[in-house]
Amino acid sequence: MADAIGTGSDVVQFRFRDDAQVDHAAVTVDAFLDQSNAAAVRIEPGDDARALLPHLERLALVEVNFPVFGDGRGYSSARILREAGYTGELRAVGDVLVDQIAFMRRCGFDSFAPAVPLDEADVAAAFSTWPEVYQPTTDGRVPIWKLRHG
Amino acid sequence: MYRYDQYDQAMVDARVAEFRDQARRRLEGKLTEDQFKPLRLMNGLYLQLHAYMLRVAVPYGTLSSAQMHMLGDIADKYDRGYGHFTTRQNIQYNWIKLEDAGDILADLASVEMHAIQTSGNCIRNISSDHFAGAAADELVDPRPYAELLRQWSSFHPEFSFLPRKFKIAVIASKRDRAAMRLHDIGVEIVRNDAGEIGAAFYVGGGMGRTPMVAPCIRDFVPLDQFITYAEACLRVYNRYGRRDNKYKARIKILVHELGKDEYTQQVEEEFAHLLAQGIEPPLAELERIKAHFADPAFKTGLPTEIDRSDPDFALWVDRNTHPHKAPGYVSATISLKPVGGIPGDASADQIRLMARLAKEYSFDECRVTHAQNIVLPHVEIGQLHALWTELEAAGLGTPNLDRIDDIIACPGLDYCSLANARSIPVAQKISQRFAANGKADVIGELKLKISGCINACGHHHAGHIGILGVDKKGTENYQLLLGGSEAEDTSLGKITGPGFDEAGIVDAVEKATDVYLANRQDGERFLDTYRRIGMEPFKEALYG
Repeated sequence: MADAIGTGSDVVQFRFRDDAQVDHAAVTVDAFLDQSNAAAVRIEPGDDARALLPHLERLALVEVNFPVFGDGRGYSSARILREAGYTGELRAVGDVLVDQIAFMRRCGFDSFAPAVPLDEADVAAAFSTWPEVYQPTTDGRVPIWKLRHG
Repeated sequence: MYRYDQYDQAMVDARVAEFRDQARRRLEGKLTEDQFKPLRLMNGLYLQLHAYMLRVAVPYGTLSSAQMHMLGDIADKYDRGYGHFTTRQNIQYNWIKLEDAGDILADLASVEMHAIQTSGNCIRNISSDHFAGAAADELVDPRPYAELLRQWSSFHPEFSFLPRKFKIAVIASKRDRAAMRLHDIGVEIVRNDAGEIGAAFYVGGGMGRTPMVAPCIRDFVPLDQFITYAEACLRVYNRYGRRDNKYKARIKILVHELGKDEYTQQVEEEFAHLLAQGIEPPLAELERIKAHFADPAFKTGLPTEIDRSDPDFALWVDRNTHPHKAPGYVSATISLKPVGGIPGDASADQIRLMARLAKEYSFDECRVTHAQNIVLPHVEIGQLHALWTELEAAGLGTPNLDRIDDIIACPGLDYCSLANARSIPVAQKISQRFAANGKADVIGELKLKISGCINACGHHHAGHIGILGVDKKGTENYQLLLGGSEAEDTSLGKITGPGFDEAGIVDAVEKATDVYLANRQDGERFLDTYRRIGMEPFKEALYG
């Protein structure tokens, strides 16, 4: 059952939240839309994150799976949820690598469960690589154009 | 031209430091080649047949004299004394050592340059009209809009792992000198009926194995929504572009499979949503960038007549200069296509010479063209002869712009690990053939483009005559295409029939031009005659 989701086997290595970690199983988007009580869901690359928007109130955890790091659909899923006002935990799982993690954080992910644990010093360096940013996202960093013009 | 402020410089410096660390870890064996590959590709470093190749970004093809000079120094210091200007208005070095890559990036950063996003499945360097800010026929200078896109697309957190690479071109003239409709997004800056400036978006063009001409999906996007509209185009692509097959992953396939109307509808919905997200830079930022592209201090009252008493000079003027918006000036194109040469190659000394000439004759500025030549955009007519004399002495005075020997060619199997056939020797043989038979002068405008594989880096689909190198049972074989154009009359070439070997393709090109010469009517270019008489007479001559 290595491929089954929601087994709780994901190890959250980095988390940028103060609330208690959700530990109940995440279900597929289809299963979530069928049942009324799930509070955790896992988005696969082909899922439409907007299907969750009517139900954000009852979601405490959204996992976004990256089966391979080069499949960037999860970045859009994350931003769509944050832009819609989702404030619960947004967790990147799967092929989460040190060279993508800063982009993920910018798109709204606030916890990370890499399939292969990352070197903490490398991750700290990755988060501090960019002194400023060109684009505004919901992460609240001030874009360079705003620094220029106030 | 644009100058970095402390923010732009800090971003590039951060990238140098990051890549230095990544390269060090690779050299120390802490990263495998598999792990290192996506990292080096994000910095324009490819592993080719013989060595590493570094592709340096030249945003919208514009370079200062100091930047051009540095490109020459890098060719000497880290390569074998040459640089290769590309069809994306960039420059590539073909003989780079991994140990040097960090130092090269640091040298580039010292003149406000970089290799960011010159490869990988991300938004690539933005290209533009090489006569931007100079052409008599432009509405406005397109480069401020390209620079706005450059900053927006640099390290974009959502769009760094797209289904496939993504190329954007920006023009602001009805004459298309940037192959705008053969890009993933082509932007034309336009004026609407109310007299306002805005952007027309053409989405889903491209060459490669499935060439497509981009349809217009929006004829006017207001400037205060420009970046937001681009973001909407990209988000729909990132979410729904195919990822199951890399050959079907470009946005042209998505637009084609959904249909233009459905794709447009999805973009408009995403756009309506994004307008509320506050992602658009203020117009003050566009104005700040525009100030960098203010006209240089053009003199007034200059002579506009040219002394044509030297026939060689007069020929070069006729062929290699372009009308300028300021009286008494022209834009001059320096051909990197000498007879028998390697298209787009320049030696370190030639690059530094062109840097000096840009400073002395062209307000410190030069341009790289997608046809792999160099432009001095603002030259006083009265100084043209002095300029030409210096170019001639350096072997840079070839008067052949847009003629059959002004060939676009990809690096081909001589360098590229993707290629099926060599491109450079075919280009060399064709230019030698037409120099020897004297027909180049008779033929006039004829754009010939050669790709060494189906990926079409040499733009063969868009050549009046195109050549595609393929592998046929282990030997190089060349297909001939006729009737393509990358200009405002964009069209895709059609294959004539069975391919030819290397000697055969040179003969075939000559036969095709003979059909043209026998059939042309007054003032017709090769392309015009082909469009009028169709493929059959050419087939008859080639295979009959």
